Amino acid sequence: MSLITTLARLEAVSRDRAQPAATVRHRHLSDRPLVFVPLTTAGEAGAPLGALVGTDRDAPRLLVVPQPRDRDLRFAFLAELADVVLPYVDSYGEAVEAAERTETDPETGKRVKVEVELCADAPQLIVPSRAGVELVRLLGRSMRFRRTAEEDPQAPFPAPPRVPLLGRWLTHFGERARVPGSSLLLAMTDVLSRHWATGQSSLEDQHLGALLAWIDPPEGRGGAEAARERELARDADGQLLYPPAGPATDPAFDNKLLAPAIEAYDRARSALAAAEDGVEADARLGELTAAERRVRDLVESRTLPTWRAVWQGLDLLRELPEGAHVAERWTRDRWSYTGHRERVLAGEPPQPRRDDPVTAATKLATREREQARLEAQEALDDPLVMAARRLSGEAFAGEVTDVVMTWTESRRPSPRPLVTVRTDDRPHLAEGARVYRSSNGKPQTAELVAREEDGGVLVLRVLDRMGRGREPEPGSVPEKGERLCFTLFEHEPRGGAKLPDPEETPWTHGGPPGEEPAAEPADPVTEEDIL
Amino acid sequence: MTAEVMSDVADPGAAAALATEAILHDTLHGSARGVVVDSPPGAGKSTLVVRAALELAAAGRPLMVVAQTNAQVDDLVLRLAEKNPDLPVGRLHSSDSDPYDKALDELANVRTSAKAADLAGLDVVLSTAAKWAHVKGVEPWRHAIVDEAYQMRSDALLAVAGLFERALFVGDPGQLDPFSIVGSEQWAGLSYDPSASAVTTLLAHNPGLPQHRLPVSWRLPASAAPLVSDAFYPYTPFRSGTGPGDRRLAFAVPSDGSAPDRVIDEAAATGWGLLQLPAAHTPRTDPEAVGAVAAVVRRLLDREGAAVSERFPDAAPLTADRIAVGTAHRDQAAAVRAALARLGVTEVTVDTANRLQGREYDVTVVLHPLSGRPDATAFHLETGRLCVLASRHRHACIVVCRDGVTDLLDDYPSTEPVQLGTVVKFPDGWEANHAVLAHLSAHRVTWTP
Amino acid sequence: MPPPRTREKALRHRLAELRGPEVQAKALDARALAALAANPGCRRRAILDGAGVDKARLASALGAPSVFGQSQFAFVRGNAFEAKVKADGGTELLRLAHEKLDRSAEPPAGASVPDLTAQGPEGRAARTALALREATGASGTWTLLDHPMLALDVAGSPAFLEPDAVIVHPDGSWSVVEIKSFPMLDGSADPAKVGAAARQAAVYVLALEEVAARLGPPARVRHRILLVCPKDFSNLPTASAVDVRKQRAVTARQLTRLTRIQEIADALPEDVCFSPELPAEQLAAAVESVPATYAPECLSSCELAFHCRERSREAGAVTCLGRPVRAELGGLSTVGEVLAAARGEAGDPEDPAVAALRRAAALRAEALAAREVAGCR
Repeated sequence: MSLITTLARLEAVSRDRAQPAATVRHRHLSDRPLVFVPLTTAGEAGAPLGALVGTDRDAPRLLVVPQPRDRDLRFAFLAELADVVLPYVDSYGEAVEAAERTETDPETGKRVKVEVELCADAPQLIVPSRAGVELVRLLGRSMRFRRTAEEDPQAPFPAPPRVPLLGRWLTHFGERARVPGSSLLLAMTDVLSRHWATGQSSLEDQHLGALLAWIDPPEGRGGAEAARERELARDADGQLLYPPAGPATDPAFDNKLLAPAIEAYDRARSALAAAEDGVEADARLGELTAAERRVRDLVESRTLPTWRAVWQGLDLLRELPEGAHVAERWTRDRWSYTGHRERVLAGEPPQPRRDDPVTAATKLATREREQARLEAQEALDDPLVMAARRLSGEAFAGEVTDVVMTWTESRRPSPRPLVTVRTDDRPHLAEGARVYRSSNGKPQTAELVAREEDGGVLVLRVLDRMGRGREPEPGSVPEKGERLCFTLFEHEPRGGAKLPDPEETPWTHGGPPGEEPAAEPADPVTEEDIL
Repeated sequence: MTAEVMSDVADPGAAAALATEAILHDTLHGSARGVVVDSPPGAGKSTLVVRAALELAAAGRPLMVVAQTNAQVDDLVLRLAEKNPDLPVGRLHSSDSDPYDKALDELANVRTSAKAADLAGLDVVLSTAAKWAHVKGVEPWRHAIVDEAYQMRSDALLAVAGLFERALFVGDPGQLDPFSIVGSEQWAGLSYDPSASAVTTLLAHNPGLPQHRLPVSWRLPASAAPLVSDAFYPYTPFRSGTGPGDRRLAFAVPSDGSAPDRVIDEAAATGWGLLQLPAAHTPRTDPEAVGAVAAVVRRLLDREGAAVSERFPDAAPLTADRIAVGTAHRDQAAAVRAALARLGVTEVTVDTANRLQGREYDVTVVLHPLSGRPDATAFHLETGRLCVLASRHRHACIVVCRDGVTDLLDDYPSTEPVQLGTVVKFPDGWEANHAVLAHLSAHRVTWTP
Repeated sequence: MPPPRTREKALRHRLAELRGPEVQAKALDARALAALAANPGCRRRAILDGAGVDKARLASALGAPSVFGQSQFAFVRGNAFEAKVKADGGTELLRLAHEKLDRSAEPPAGASVPDLTAQGPEGRAARTALALREATGASGTWTLLDHPMLALDVAGSPAFLEPDAVIVHPDGSWSVVEIKSFPMLDGSADPAKVGAAARQAAVYVLALEEVAARLGPPARVRHRILLVCPKDFSNLPTASAVDVRKQRAVTARQLTRLTRIQEIADALPEDVCFSPELPAEQLAAAVESVPATYAPECLSSCELAFHCRERSREAGAVTCLGRPVRAELGGLSTVGEVLAAARGEAGDPEDPAVAALRRAAALRAEALAAREVAGCR
């Protein structure tokens, strides 16, 4: 943690309110995000209990699994979820714009520019916390290998038609969320903590309610006290007044409220099944509906506060102006969405259980590049982030005190102005080191020629972006009196070399995959999770 | 032949020669696609690489050499040219400005280029893994040598392994592991985890490859090899190539009785010195500790040291270029440099463990990674970091540290996550740190600056 | 100084006093081990766990109840899974043990599952030791010990431990089995949970080693344990061998450090007692008499965490915000000190921590002032 952030946290303690950790918003926010507040059943991997989902803050769709161990009810939940998520995801597929992409020509092997269509916008999924992102991945994994009756008439428990497709999309959202700076799937606690420093630890910041209490405390209340209440306060029955953002529920809720309600539901269902005539069945159906209603109410009561909290977080974030590079990063998310959509439409199989060596290495390389890009862009967009880089000696700001024109000694001399900068910062710079500044939105490179007066005066030679002629283009050379900020890190990190194709996996990494890779099998079904 | 058998050979020179012969035999005449060599600090890794390259070239088998940094590549080129000035060598370099050591331009048989095609047909072509990864569409080399293979990441090997048919992998498993700036947990446990070391992946996929180990450290003196071997290489021990008394350090100017002088004398006599400052929680650039490091270096120079060794039986002067200071962090290195400059010392190397890997000095002064810290972190406990810092010297190592590190280690939480399917890495940072501290405590000089 | 034996007895007596009259010592359970791992340097935790104080009851009595609870859904599911794993005389469990730990051995045809029932923990531990001895002697067969009882000497008194199972291999060696209800999904599992399971198993390994050492010739306790979990989304068991050498070494050295309990106990005032029967004020004073080193990690591992957090916040300790916060603050340890130093109201400007704080404060103020102006470009 940078000392600047530490200081912000301590200020937050002292002022009893969260302090800014950013001056602009560093993540893209959609005009129409899909908010997803899920709950799971304790003790079982990815067994949903219910969720609130939707794009309208005033009209969330409540989905409930009244008996989480019943596969049919679980499938019904997932099918309903697909009915909400997939149309939303698809709605961004129609509007496209023309774009260029570099591809390898299969005939010549050359890299060529191809005209392609890029979706003009992309869907955005918002979950309350990091655990929610994990659940999205888990749900994706649990669904994408399912077989529908259409795909496999022999499947013992066929999934509803759109469930495997939902699994593929949730998997895509989950994988994309691992890319630094991406915004297709966001955890509200992460985004809020990026922009505000609270007076509690980052572990405690994982509680969305408590985090919001620090950022936006109720009228007349202090952050610390309000956060503590959100975290711990219980009613007379021992139930949390502010249920956790999930997806796990509080054990007291499970044991005192949920378990009896589910038992009642089970009893009502057995009773209905045992009904001997229509009249009895009607009465018992009424009881079953009431029992189901009870579970639904419980699920709603635990999700609604979090649903509201997520929207409150969105309101707070929208008040911040968007960082200058946010749109550029969102364009990468749009590429990601467009690409996955194309793969789905082309009938490609679902994402495999495990990445092959080449895919894993490619993903790691992409994420490292995006991490470097994110760090650079956030610093360029936000003086508070740049302040931390200046403090750590990775950047410096100062005033130009002198400019001397010099030229290269080649046959066609190019300008190499010497720029003297006075700074109070203490960059970790050795002679000959490269530094970069943003000039008309493009990075301009300079090198350190000399350092004087105890390091506070730096003489830099500007190396590029001054045009082709002998005289530099107007505005391309810093001027005396100008205040500049140079970074020691590159603004646009370079990517590494292209990796071999998976078919050419070398012997050190297991060699090429076997012949035609068999389709990933579905997960085996077990009897136990049927009532 | 196993390494265990070889280390039973009494004479270290003979043991090392036997190991080298076995390695070269497997490399030149073996049938396996890969040969792995573990080399502890100063065991003659570069010598082995140069010799293997020369013998492969002499046998008419052109080869490529993969190293991890430009400095390592340049160093190997210079060593090759020194051993055989007539050997046609290619140095493949990047298209950045100033991509290689200008000294290479002086060598008649070394051709440099940014294009692999320009270097086709040369006996040996050397470059970094990053540059080799850009080479496409060439006929694969029949042989390769991969240097510092334990510091190379699996994904870097994936990018270059298509360029060669078989390879000799050489490296030091005890030094700093490669790392990634983003999370890579999702691949943990996979044999080809891209963030793992190249050797881990190689051996996971090719478990039958012959593995050798260089059994003798020619750098570390008899006073240091047992400690470094026990603390950092518990399952692959090595020994010193020199005996007690073979290396001596003496100073013309006698001690003035100050703590720096006393710790210098202790280190000169025993190979180790611990200059202990009073316990305190300090920022990383603890001015007292930094000052103590600088004071020790200043006195090392002022006292006109002379180092007697098998290389210099008549003693070589302990000059600034034979001394280095090692730290954990860059800002600490910067603070030490500034403190040294104030004392008029500018020629002494001051660097972090990462940058000192592979380097060698007569005397090193180390600012202990845990000195003055309020808390220990995984970074500071990383065994490779301490191992690098404690194994750069030919004569003596002086550690500057605040008291209280033992308590710090005891309070260190042990809540490490465990990934299924990954191999447990030994030794544990806690154990290694304790072993080193316990040893150093016998060479302690306390000081209140 | 009294001889060790007497000293040990004296300590045991003292710990019983601290626990309170008539209060049963609480076993060193998984939670206590987790708390030990998360904060080995905390003296308060050390003495309370060493004395076998029920920290959950203590926390409630202090008015800062812990929030650890188990959902009955998880409980039912966990029990059902364990029963399934051990069904049919442990056939499936032994098959997994053979496949994951000991492939070169004869595959288990059947297993002997000795009866381990006995009176009280001491009786069960003795019965377990006997069964282990017999099974080790019966070479060539597999034996499954279902819920054996083990005793481990902790700070002079025996702590009783109950692993899910112990397997005796045909070669006479022993393996610990941990059955957990978190899933292994495509061969990997939540690393934090696996880590906790490995630390728990390491304690069982240590306890087994004590039993093994008493056998003549001593038996070998394997350092790779069998972790059994549900596979993917099913409740079919799958397993993985986990190397617990590191966790074993760490726990062994932490347990030897528990001898420091003597020092902590000696430093306490005579009349200190942690009995949850006492009034809250008196308890609070007793708890205050031994220092804690609170860190946010305690919240997920120690029952007393909320109490300690309040105290720590009242004291303005910067570690409330996380251990790493202290890294660059040098000797400054409270919020007030740090902010005063940053604002230039206190602190030596020559101290690099103070200097860095002032630079940080100035840069932060500059950046916030520039908020309206376009940033650094």
